[in-house]
Amino acid sequence: MTTAASVEAAGDFGGSEGKREGDSLYALSHLDALESEAVHIFREVAGEFERPVILFSGGKDSILMLHLALKAFAPAPVPFSLLHVDTGHNFPEVIDYRDRVVARHGLRLHVASVQDYIDRGVLRERPDGTRNPLQTVPLTEKIQAERFDAVFGGGRRDEEKARAKERVFSLRDEFSQWDPRRQRPELWQLYNGRHAPGEHVRVFPLSNWTELDVWQYIARESIELPEIYFAHERDVFKRSGMWLTAGDWGGPRGEETVERRLVRYRTVGDMSCTGAVDSDATTLPAVITEIAASRLTERGATRADDKLSEAAMEDRKREGYF
Amino acid sequence: MTSNTDTTATELAGLSATTLLRFATAGSVDDGKSTLVGRLLHDSKSVLTDQMEAVEHASRSRGGEGPDLALLTDGLRAEREQGITIDVAYRYFATPRRRFILADTPGHVQYTRNMVTGASTADLAVVLVDARNGVIEQTRRHAAVAALLRVPHVVLAVNKMDLVEYAEPVFARIAEEFTAYAADLGVPEITAIPISALAGDNVVEPSSNMDWYGGPTVLEHLETVPVSHDLTGCHARLPVQYVIRPGTAEHPDYRGYAGQIAAGTFRVGESVTVLPSGRTSKVAGIDLLGEPVDVAWTPQSVTVLLEDDIDVSRGDLLVPSSDTPPTSQDIAATVCHVADQPLTVGQRVLLKHTTRTVKAIVKQIPSRLTLDDLSQHPNPERLVANDIGRVLVRTAEPLALDAYADSRRTGSFLLIDPADGTTLAAGMAGEAFAKPVGSATGAADAAVPADDQGWDF
Repeated sequence: MTTAASVEAAGDFGGSEGKREGDSLYALSHLDALESEAVHIFREVAGEFERPVILFSGGKDSILMLHLALKAFAPAPVPFSLLHVDTGHNFPEVIDYRDRVVARHGLRLHVASVQDYIDRGVLRERPDGTRNPLQTVPLTEKIQAERFDAVFGGGRRDEEKARAKERVFSLRDEFSQWDPRRQRPELWQLYNGRHAPGEHVRVFPLSNWTELDVWQYIARESIELPEIYFAHERDVFKRSGMWLTAGDWGGPRGEETVERRLVRYRTVGDMSCTGAVDSDATTLPAVITEIAASRLTERGATRADDKLSEAAMEDRKREGYF
Repeated sequence: MTSNTDTTATELAGLSATTLLRFATAGSVDDGKSTLVGRLLHDSKSVLTDQMEAVEHASRSRGGEGPDLALLTDGLRAEREQGITIDVAYRYFATPRRRFILADTPGHVQYTRNMVTGASTADLAVVLVDARNGVIEQTRRHAAVAALLRVPHVVLAVNKMDLVEYAEPVFARIAEEFTAYAADLGVPEITAIPISALAGDNVVEPSSNMDWYGGPTVLEHLETVPVSHDLTGCHARLPVQYVIRPGTAEHPDYRGYAGQIAAGTFRVGESVTVLPSGRTSKVAGIDLLGEPVDVAWTPQSVTVLLEDDIDVSRGDLLVPSSDTPPTSQDIAATVCHVADQPLTVGQRVLLKHTTRTVKAIVKQIPSRLTLDDLSQHPNPERLVANDIGRVLVRTAEPLALDAYADSRRTGSFLLIDPADGTTLAAGMAGEAFAKPVGSATGAADAAVPADDQGWDF
């Protein structure tokens, strides 16, 4: 972190002897710049909306969002509640983590349960057992019921090509639908959050972060993560080229066989479509080294749902997915 | 399970001391912009195996032979089906020296709106031309947008040098014409680079086909261009976003003014004035996201504590008492109209400036500017999508606007439709273009307005 101390120590801080080639001492490191931008976004929303909520899955991106929100409003508490869209296919380590964080920071947690919708017969289980696409309806109805007007999502533009076109403030109609052709141009750091009653704005404070930025920042800030992000032994089976956790949700089936492997998760989502990767990275530095050397994107390596078609994410986003 | 990290982790990845460069690309149709962007991503090894497989698959299914790097920047299905690019897409790549955010703007539909959007946050703009065609109407338009948005660095990439036999005179002629034109518009720094995006010449690796060129490759230039400058001479501006008042037993009296420093530097002990009220106090402390500091600067997000308990709320602007901008309810500005519905004289709008949104009325639209030749059309009555024009706006409350030329963040604003929230126009206060740079002005070109011609309000 750039500190005043380091500036003073460097003496004449308008001078030409910058700490980085070509840049004056005023240049922020990329992590400081991204952090400042995200904090600015959180504060804009706090200043302009009545009922914001942070989508919190217990995955690293939502953990990072919460960390940034805590910093943005310290020493006051975060003026937002959390919303977890619970697919019912959760990693127990992640739910434990979620509950610990909520208790530690005295936060209010809302849960939209996919299982609940299935039990009531409103949603039907898909033949492939994947519940990720089923999250949209419970999410939308919770937003409407609680009258949330700003919904923070951890989506990043580097994740997927439909996300590369997403705004920081993304207007959604009462059905949560996204229309890429009708987005507001976003200029400078002037975010337009105006919306009609019943509409809401999805806000993406991590838009400009990459996977590596997220991990570097987590390391720099010593942010605690659920254990499944680090290498551990696990019973897994192979489906569509990915290691999935064996469990009640529907695997293994048929020819699939369970084996015990040393793995870790690069992303955390629904258990039925989030794959683990072979890894012996048990520490943050090891994880960062592994990611820096990886030849696969995190979605390519770990998300079955995005492999459905070339436009899978675009279609889900239009329907109101995160 | 967080291990002890310190700086080990980031050092291991070799990316600890990097800065961030935001840049935008602009080019006409078929100038090879997508290929250049694809080449930058590919040759800087930012394209990962699964992305490359997807491109190879898509290239094959469309009957192509090799992988078409332009497909790397392809986005939505709507675009693929119609073979167009409909919006600004953001791309990310990194080298050991720097992290890059690229605003990739299409060259045809909605070009002005999209390029203005991409250029608004850019430290650098890459303007592409086809070496066979040279500077054309669209090139002049791109240069004008970069000048209007005050993008600090402009790169002219003369592409398809392979198709003109890598001939130096071709490059020199185009570079000279463009540099003269852009300098007239007040673009402070122009770097011309001869490239072939398709063959990879001078994009990442130096070209062996153009020994006559001794400058940097596109990527080398992107890696070394300064992203910041000496701020000591700049106006200091802090728009207040949010007042932090915990009111807890631990912090009963804490009252902090949170915001991102929009320009310049602030120091503890400095006398500050709150605008528009004009009340004054001194900076008692600065919190840099949990860390007390003595000095902070743009674009850091901070919380400022004042010595006196004065009334400060969201939308106020903190400035040094020695450097207060004038406040006014009458704003003269250049706007780029970005909405499908028009902007008309007499229209009631909302104006968002920094963290303050006020009612306003469009009093006059004195002229519309044609970017192709910089000709102006007086009293157009209305502006439609992608028009650039001068406006006079009267606001319901006084605002402290700087000239956009002095401060991109505190000199810019949005006009918003109060009925449906549509962003109508992007505004830049003060003069449209800077004074021509240097004396080597292209006086021969009649289309270039001289210093004293037009656009004076």
